[in-house]
Amino acid sequence: MKFSEYIKNVENADIYPMVSLVIFSVVFLIAALYAFTASKKKMDDNANIPLK
Amino acid sequence: MIQKEQFYYDNKIVKQFGIATIFWGVVGMLVGVIAAFEIAFPSLNGGISYITFGRIRPIHTNAVIFAFVGNAVFAASYYAFQRVLKTRMYSDILSKIHLWGWQLIIVLGAITLSMGYTSSKEYAELEWPLDIALAVVWIIYGINMIGTMLKRRERHIYVAVWFFIGTWVAVAMLHIVNSLALPYAFFHSYSAFAGVKDALVQWWYGHNAVAFFLTTPMLGLMYYFVPKAANRPIYSYRWSIVHFWGLIFIYIWAGPHHLLYTALPQWVQAVGTAFSIMLILPSWGGMLNGLFTIRGAWADVKDSPVLKMFIVALTCYGMATLEGPLLSLKTLNAISHFTDWTVAHVHVGALGFNGFLIFGMLYWMIPKMWNTELASKKMANTHFLIGTIGILLYAIPLYWAAFTQSLMWKQFTESGQLKYQFLETVTHIWPAYVLRGVGGLLYLTGAVLCAINLYRTMKQGSFVNNEAAEAVPFKYLPKPEDQNQKTYWHNRVIERRPILLTFLSLVAVGIGGLVELTPSLLVEKDAAVISVVEPYTPLELTGRDIYIREGCYLCHSQMVRPFRDEIARYGEYSKAGEFIYDHPFQWGSKRTGPDLHRIGGKYSHSWHYMHMDDPQSTSPGSLMPHYPWLLANKANFALVPNKIRTLQKLGVPYPEGYDEKAIDEYHQQAEKITSELIEQNIKGATADKEIIALIAYLQRLGTDIKKMDKTGVTQSDNQ
Repeated sequence: MKFSEYIKNVENADIYPMVSLVIFSVVFLIAALYAFTASKKKMDDNANIPLK
Repeated sequence: MIQKEQFYYDNKIVKQFGIATIFWGVVGMLVGVIAAFEIAFPSLNGGISYITFGRIRPIHTNAVIFAFVGNAVFAASYYAFQRVLKTRMYSDILSKIHLWGWQLIIVLGAITLSMGYTSSKEYAELEWPLDIALAVVWIIYGINMIGTMLKRRERHIYVAVWFFIGTWVAVAMLHIVNSLALPYAFFHSYSAFAGVKDALVQWWYGHNAVAFFLTTPMLGLMYYFVPKAANRPIYSYRWSIVHFWGLIFIYIWAGPHHLLYTALPQWVQAVGTAFSIMLILPSWGGMLNGLFTIRGAWADVKDSPVLKMFIVALTCYGMATLEGPLLSLKTLNAISHFTDWTVAHVHVGALGFNGFLIFGMLYWMIPKMWNTELASKKMANTHFLIGTIGILLYAIPLYWAAFTQSLMWKQFTESGQLKYQFLETVTHIWPAYVLRGVGGLLYLTGAVLCAINLYRTMKQGSFVNNEAAEAVPFKYLPKPEDQNQKTYWHNRVIERRPILLTFLSLVAVGIGGLVELTPSLLVEKDAAVISVVEPYTPLELTGRDIYIREGCYLCHSQMVRPFRDEIARYGEYSKAGEFIYDHPFQWGSKRTGPDLHRIGGKYSHSWHYMHMDDPQSTSPGSLMPHYPWLLANKANFALVPNKIRTLQKLGVPYPEGYDEKAIDEYHQQAEKITSELIEQNIKGATADKEIIALIAYLQRLGTDIKKMDKTGVTQSDNQ
């Protein structure tokens, strides 16, 4: 049996796009939360790394 | 006081990638200019198959993407990584293998593409041996970058590094999935996917190749070199973080916008459009972040070719990333798709954003590494000027051409007939093709000036292979809490284990991308089987492989969209179920010639024969090159049994043991077509020639569903 045949038999395949959307969103929200709660000094220090 | 460690930056590898950048840039752009003029003057190829438009167009795209931008990305990342992570690259040997392996692939790629070895997947045309080599070299690049991150002497990993790492992970995934194919000979293979699914994978790749090869690494470059050139930190580091996550979050979903109005399921098209519109936000945030950084150095812009280049680059980034989402709206897409609008759009990004960012980087970096000043600022300013004029002269005529041609396609007379023949719409926009070539030539001239200027800079300076540096070892770097600073959960989780977190997140993104793709690839209903659609005969299959070899898909689509004018011009619109045996799909992305999906049976064999020999004899004014070699070359039918067996493995329902009968059937059909040709006064036709196979394929195209009453056709429920 071909590889694709196995996956075709997976039940409720429609849930996968939803799961991936949730994974994407969570990662993005964590990153955004991090960016906007980090201290100003920290951000300034990081921004200056190339100029050090 | 903690003793600082002494170490050396490897400048030699940056120099080598830098020289490769400008060398391949000039070569790739030169091929582009030749290709542009071949469209306007089709006889320019001199009757040589190796330099015909269909063969050199992939050389141009691959050269400028993977050789010019690729080498620039490597130069930028090797320069920036060492400096923001305060360490030498992880391994000099890996750096060397990466450098020479990549150049070898480029050379072999150009040779094999000119010989017609192509998978026909745009921007991924290289055949399987080179695909594997590319994957290996890419992995070496990744190991070298990750190793460097591990031995760093800086606690925080600067955002430019994230962009390069994101690029690496995404490109590895895209390349491997899109290159899945089953070889039937050395340098020949059939795509693992067929028809609609193949198209979806290809444009998931094609779009993300733009996203993750031409955009994210360029932003890594921007986040390092713009602050350096402006001598001030990036305007907002917070924005840069959101920019990164926003882009990789959204980009991976936007691919289907390349397939609007096609036989792709509607819901997939809608997802592509929605995510494309969302892309405007992070893209413009990033552009503004770059421009606002330079804003502080406005007084220096007049005298700095580097900053000028960067400003135009960022402006073009903004323009292209606004235009892209707009093009994903169905109303505009109906005009832009298959016309020169897409070509113009892509070149605003490529010439303006990629090109100018790279030139700016080289103008800044090379004098630094050679410890000197740029040899001629005046020359660089001239480059900036003619480069900018080149971009405008390239893009504006093509925008005009696209609107004009698209409107002409859609015009009907009062009696309901199409007002213009396809050919009339092409000859009408011919001046735009000439001007575009001139624009490209100007841009190329600028690149040559850049090469001369950089060469002179190198000659007057003194290069140091190993640049001395010093930094506090990682283990002695102060932690925020040791300095009585308040820490947050994200300091502990993210700052302390950045590699772990970066990679877990990127793995999540990778899974997301694959998971998005998998269900649509596998759900049966999206590509409804039409009972009368049958696999290609051995002769047709051979003809199809010739069609692929000559790159016909670069000028001819095989996708009749459900528009009144297209149905009137070409015939019944294309159904998903008609492509289920197409390994690979041949929908194309641009119509310099008419759509061919319903070409079967439209003209006589003799018309095709004469048309291939001399297109202008049957279609006066046609911009198609001559293909006399198809009439002279003997077709290679020895591979037919291999092809049949390979397709059987991919699920094409040829009967058991068909491979053994295939050559006999090949000859029978070839003899039949040849005798019909002779009856139609083509006295010189012989059955062993490639043209016979190609005619068989063209005459078959889109005819299957005509065998059935329309009401009996099982249509996809998504049409």
